[in-house]
Amino acid sequence: MTPGLWTLVIGVCLLAGLLGLTTGMIWIERRLLAQFQDRLGPNRVGPLGLFQPIADIIKLFMKEDWMPPFADKLIFVIAPGIIVVTVLLAFAVVPITPFIKVSDANVGLLFFLGMASMGVYGIVLAGWASNSKYSLIGGTRAAAQMLSYELPMGLAVVSVVMLAGSLRLSDIVNAQPRLWFCVLQPLGFVIFTIAGIAEARRTPFDLPEADSELIAGYHTEYSSMKFALFFMGEYLDIILVSAMVTVLYLGGWHGPLLPPALWFIIKMFAVIFLFVWVRAVLPRYRYDQLMTLGWKILLPLSIVNLVATGAVMLVMR
Amino acid sequence: MVSILRSMWLMLKHLVVRPVTVRYPEQKAYIPPRWRGRIILSRDPDGCERCVACYLCSAACPADCISLQATEDEHGRRYAEWFRINFSRCIFCGFCEEACPTYAIQLTPDFEMGEYDRSKLVYEKEDLLISGQGKYPGYNFYHHSGVSVKGKPRGGAVDETHPVDIRSLLP
Repeated sequence: MTPGLWTLVIGVCLLAGLLGLTTGMIWIERRLLAQFQDRLGPNRVGPLGLFQPIADIIKLFMKEDWMPPFADKLIFVIAPGIIVVTVLLAFAVVPITPFIKVSDANVGLLFFLGMASMGVYGIVLAGWASNSKYSLIGGTRAAAQMLSYELPMGLAVVSVVMLAGSLRLSDIVNAQPRLWFCVLQPLGFVIFTIAGIAEARRTPFDLPEADSELIAGYHTEYSSMKFALFFMGEYLDIILVSAMVTVLYLGGWHGPLLPPALWFIIKMFAVIFLFVWVRAVLPRYRYDQLMTLGWKILLPLSIVNLVATGAVMLVMR
Repeated sequence: MVSILRSMWLMLKHLVVRPVTVRYPEQKAYIPPRWRGRIILSRDPDGCERCVACYLCSAACPADCISLQATEDEHGRRYAEWFRINFSRCIFCGFCEEACPTYAIQLTPDFEMGEYDRSKLVYEKEDLLISGQGKYPGYNFYHHSGVSVKGKPRGGAVDETHPVDIRSLLP
């Protein structure tokens, strides 16, 4: 099998697997959240409620795909696509094992950060094109939030790059066969995870949605599959950030006994569990608290982390 | 920061707590006897209808869902010719039960009355009337103990019943 064909096969399998996992995430999150709240969650459709996401998707397909007459038609249609496409593109550089990877770009990490930034466009354009006040407020909030949290995220990642000496994600994984970077970079790990939650617009950073204040924020005017695409984007974002945390800080596919792919999946699901756990614990931050956390706490901390990492590396050399 | 970690630990402990959910159609929750559910018309111990068609329930009903027509039998005993409760209007407030002087109309702990057709929520007299006495067994509106007169104690006459020993009613 030629390398090109192999990449294609991996790409198609990854796409199918991710879309399947996205539907699975609905079930995982609802059941897990229910368990945290002493409930059962969906348990009617199929065994253990496993077919609930399928029922949800069928319902979303059947819904009327309504476009508000005051919307900016073209952008309104494109916006949900941008979110899903950017996240899916970012998966291209994530190495699951040394063999299961689509692209091993030497600027993989930059590509991930770039695609994460591009995702903001989907939300801001959705908020703008909807031409409704709630959507617009949600969109502007998303822009401010994701810009504020990309900085600490990027700075936290720089420390990892300094340790690994490469922007290639497989090199970063190979730099931590024994000692994971979450041990060497505990602060960076926490900063990256928090910023990742904010990037994925999850509770406690779900201000762009903010059901209680903004109806549904940037996707207020969306219905049917366009609405579903936003949720797909959000769940894909969770999976992406979990995968990135695994790659950057949890040693990727490295681990004893079990096959590499399984180790990757186990670590990824552990981070996904953390995401749901945090959602069960924390209420939504106020807007000023969000900005304070981003600019006054996380950003200085990430700079301190960067300087400390550089200093230690200089002394060690 | 510490409080967030503490909350996260507390939530983690809930993973092993039994869910409080009652899986309804299979598991039924306990419903207290005084629950205000489906309305019935009860009978007295002799098996006759308790309802005397006084219209008090209909008058008390804030949702105006009870309608009936009074009539009399050959002995002059009033009863409802027809009795209709529209359960799509009923708010299950229990005022009809409070208003009823004969304990005829009663609310029961049954709430599973869902229908696909609204018109099926209109219950006629044959749907409402039950064969039992409901929540007040032994009660008969027309039984009385009379008063004691010379040569006859309370409850001494043929059509009189013995007075209730109120001490036996103590909890």
